Amino acid sequence: MFNLFGTPKPLHGVLALYDNPDTLLNAAAQVREHGFTKADAYTPYPVHGLSEALGIRKSWIPYVTLVMGLSGAILGLGFEIWTSAVDWPINVGGKPFVSLPAFIPITFECGVLLGGTMTLAALLVACGLPNFRDPILDRSLTDDRFAIFIADSGRGWNENRAVQILQASGAVDVRVIRA
Amino acid sequence: MNPTAVGDERRASASHAEPALPLAEPTLIDPSKSLGDVSAEISAPINTKPGPLWFTFFGISVLLFLGMAATVTYQINKGLGILGINHPVGWGVYITNFVFWIGIGHAGTLISAILHLFRQRWRTAINRSAEAMTIFAVMTAGLFPLIHTGRPWFAYWLVPYPNWRHLWVNFRSPLVWDVFAVSTYLTISLCFWYTGLIPDFATLRDRASGWKRGIYSLLSLGWRGSERHWQHYERAYMMLAGLSTPLVLSVHSVVSFDFATALLPGWHTTIFPPYFVAGAIFSGFAMVVTLLVILRKVFHLEEYVTLHHLENMNKIILATGSMVGYAYATEFFVAMYSGNQYESFTFMNRATGPFAWAYWTMITCNVIIPQLFWFRKLRRSLPVMFVISIFVNVGMWFERFNIIVTSLHRDFLPVNWSYYRPTVFDWMVTAGSFGFFFMWFLLFCRFFPTISIAEVKSVLWNAKKATGRVPASGHAEPKHV
Repeated sequence: MFNLFGTPKPLHGVLALYDNPDTLLNAAAQVREHGFTKADAYTPYPVHGLSEALGIRKSWIPYVTLVMGLSGAILGLGFEIWTSAVDWPINVGGKPFVSLPAFIPITFECGVLLGGTMTLAALLVACGLPNFRDPILDRSLTDDRFAIFIADSGRGWNENRAVQILQASGAVDVRVIRA
Repeated sequence: MNPTAVGDERRASASHAEPALPLAEPTLIDPSKSLGDVSAEISAPINTKPGPLWFTFFGISVLLFLGMAATVTYQINKGLGILGINHPVGWGVYITNFVFWIGIGHAGTLISAILHLFRQRWRTAINRSAEAMTIFAVMTAGLFPLIHTGRPWFAYWLVPYPNWRHLWVNFRSPLVWDVFAVSTYLTISLCFWYTGLIPDFATLRDRASGWKRGIYSLLSLGWRGSERHWQHYERAYMMLAGLSTPLVLSVHSVVSFDFATALLPGWHTTIFPPYFVAGAIFSGFAMVVTLLVILRKVFHLEEYVTLHHLENMNKIILATGSMVGYAYATEFFVAMYSGNQYESFTFMNRATGPFAWAYWTMITCNVIIPQLFWFRKLRRSLPVMFVISIFVNVGMWFERFNIIVTSLHRDFLPVNWSYYRPTVFDWMVTAGSFGFFFMWFLLFCRFFPTISIAEVKSVLWNAKKATGRVPASGHAEPKHV
């Protein structure tokens, strides 16, 4: 599941660098029009509209948050009821064994705790992090450059076509990557 | 909306040059900066050696913390008797400090989560340091209940774990709610903070070399800024903000339940949860202002944390300060109107009794002094806001002191009545808690990006667009192959 330090997968494709997010957005739309549906972009900050331009589906993480948040709350409440009313019922100040209103704060906290930690865990799983194996395409991609990377799709891969399309899209630099 | 600090000088020329968009964001950052400038300037403190000023402050903080550690060691040896607490004042400076520090943390979550959900873009320059403040403040707060128990080696009894006595904790007790609320708050704040830091660690990794590159590489988990990852990242960040928002409101509410569920006059009121949350945000923003006024100066970040940011925070201080003032008045009114002699006595005693000095310190610092922020000149003056923010910190410390001590020192039976005098050990631990907090904060300033680099870049690009400073794009018509 996690990509740690092992040997990287062979990486082959064309990388185009841009110095402007608007050019990148146009380029992403063009790349997709040309049928490269697996293209990815690299940006120093989230550029809005880029996912739509590349045709990337919406993230499934909110479902994890919802399910885990509710599970946490149910588990928390269940644990409170089990310990206070089932495992060893103790009469505290004449209050009912299932003191529902008094159990709500911890129910809520347990929901937030499980929902929040699992959201972070889901983010790491979704992004395949930690990943120290795959190469960093260019150091400027976390600084001031933007990039589109079209990976070798195997059958029917035409490197020259990819290079031409990216060159025409306003890129400041186009590189063929073989790693 | 006011234009900004950086914008101020520029406002005259900019507004002539182009028609103002009705919903245009104020410029939060100088639009002539490049994206590369942002990475370089924010990471500058990390790549340079700390100066003598940093070492002086760090040294003082560590010394204060060591003083606290020594005092606590002595206290564990001797017992709680070395402190000022005694019958009937069983909660004193320790619990005051606990509530104070938890409250300080609240502004960080408000800035990072609530302002994020409301799409307040000005948060981007201050959220990182405010979240760091939250984490360190909650860590500091967490020390106090532990040492206050007197036998901290049994602190794990607070946690429901399977044991041979088959005993569980009492889930009806607000003190157990506290354990869950505070530990969840710390955990979720850490998750939220770390999520925000991942892309910035990647930026630092790509600027660094040698062992620093290795460390930041590990911290960034190998983040590469892929759009497929950003897509998940933004949703996850939004979810964490959505969870943190009710969480932060719940935490100080739960802390207030420690008091509100007791039968003591002055504690047993329904106003406590909202009153505590407003007070927490008030004191937290004051601490953010105190810290940022220094931070932006020392690390030359004036162009990122602008007067506009500080002014916005001062407005929140004014608003929440007035809410707190309103709550003080409501408490008095309800005490009188209830016709309950114990309740009215407690409040009259707060204002005129032996602790009147603490009460009026609180009123002056929290209600009267922040009213100066009605004046725009004062809201935008660095020395004024620095001094006011310190007054607010002091005032909010005394608010908790008042609630705790004045209610306890005059309880139902006059034979119990007494005065509370904290000892030198109380003050050593209090000073040490500030040392502990600042020690962490100073380390954070040196090794972590104090401003969210990725978020500021996105704000910068919007600012460039709004002012027409976008570099001409090299876009050419696509050739269909």
